[in-house]
Amino acid sequence: MWKTYTSKVGAVIADGTEVYALGTPTVWEERGELRLAVQVLLPTAGIGLAQLARERVKGALEKDGLLDPARKRSFPQFPSRIAVVTSADGAALRDIIIVTRKRWHSVQLLVVPAKVQGIEAPETLVRALAVVNRLEQIDLCIIGRGGGSKEDLSAFDDERVCRAVAALRMPSISAVGHETDVSLTDLVADARAATPSAAVERAVPNRDDTERHVQSLSSRLAHGLRRRTALVSARLARSGDRLQVALGRRLEEPHRRLDRYAGQLEALSPLKVLGRGYSMARLADGRVARRQEDLRPGTPFKLRLTDGEIAAHAD
Amino acid sequence: MTNPTPDSLTTDLRRLEEIVRSLEAEDTDLDRALQLFEEGVVRLRGARDRLAEAEARVQKVLEDAAGQLNVTDFEG
Repeated sequence: MWKTYTSKVGAVIADGTEVYALGTPTVWEERGELRLAVQVLLPTAGIGLAQLARERVKGALEKDGLLDPARKRSFPQFPSRIAVVTSADGAALRDIIIVTRKRWHSVQLLVVPAKVQGIEAPETLVRALAVVNRLEQIDLCIIGRGGGSKEDLSAFDDERVCRAVAALRMPSISAVGHETDVSLTDLVADARAATPSAAVERAVPNRDDTERHVQSLSSRLAHGLRRRTALVSARLARSGDRLQVALGRRLEEPHRRLDRYAGQLEALSPLKVLGRGYSMARLADGRVARRQEDLRPGTPFKLRLTDGEIAAHAD
Repeated sequence: MTNPTPDSLTTDLRRLEEIVRSLEAEDTDLDRALQLFEEGVVRLRGARDRLAEAEARVQKVLEDAAGQLNVTDFEG
């Protein structure tokens, strides 16, 4: 085998290994030698057996309907308790904790340690998954490990482990190795994530996005009510009949309630957000500008900042 | 397979969206609008309380020889 090709073989192949070889045979007549210049070497057993076992397990899982897309469950939007089945001292768990803390605070992670490689790995994984099923009110289970060789990841192709994942009472995310590794637990779980960090991104929301959403709902709530009362007042002002008196009386109580709510709303104030550097543009009719079409060139508007308002025109 | 029941934050936010949409619609009468607003303020407070909760907690679950589950704080 020429040096150009040996580098492509990868791991050193031990003496006595059965291989498939692709090469060019050459006969040296004067020496009576037959040479085979090998270009590609593939161990037959190493790849072949593992691959075969995997295909067999996959077939069995498929036959039992465990790979059926209709089995996939959806995830809660804001999970409170997430079980994590992985090695207690692996990089995967470290990443999961870091990413969780960065994104979402209102969650409890329950780590159920298991060996994620080696001969005992399948058994400890199965046991850990059974423990997860005994825990109360778990919203989601993440099972996985960081990157490694194909052999390191093989526990996640084990039939017992796959069936234990399928038997989880709560939705599951399988995150094994790197992007390119697809294990059988990935196919059985309700979702596959490319890495443990990606599993967390899938599992928990982003705090900043959620806060922004709540803030916008708060503003719309206040604005919605203001607009409702303004509409009624306007209608009242227009109508000059006896209805005016009746409606006026009806409006007194709501207005008192409104005053009370104004106080409550102050505590939840949508304007507090202005203090963080946001501002709000109001059109001449009092509406908040939300879209580009609200602010055509020349449109006058008032820009509400945390300490007051300034008059402006759209450019 | 059933999906889990939605948690309180999901319920609060979903309800708030409904409330806001009703308030923004032209045809809600004023009494109803005030009722909705009142509920909205309560839901909003619930959502904000949940957002104000402390940092994510990490715990470890181990099964002892007797099959009992022990939950302890995780020091990673």
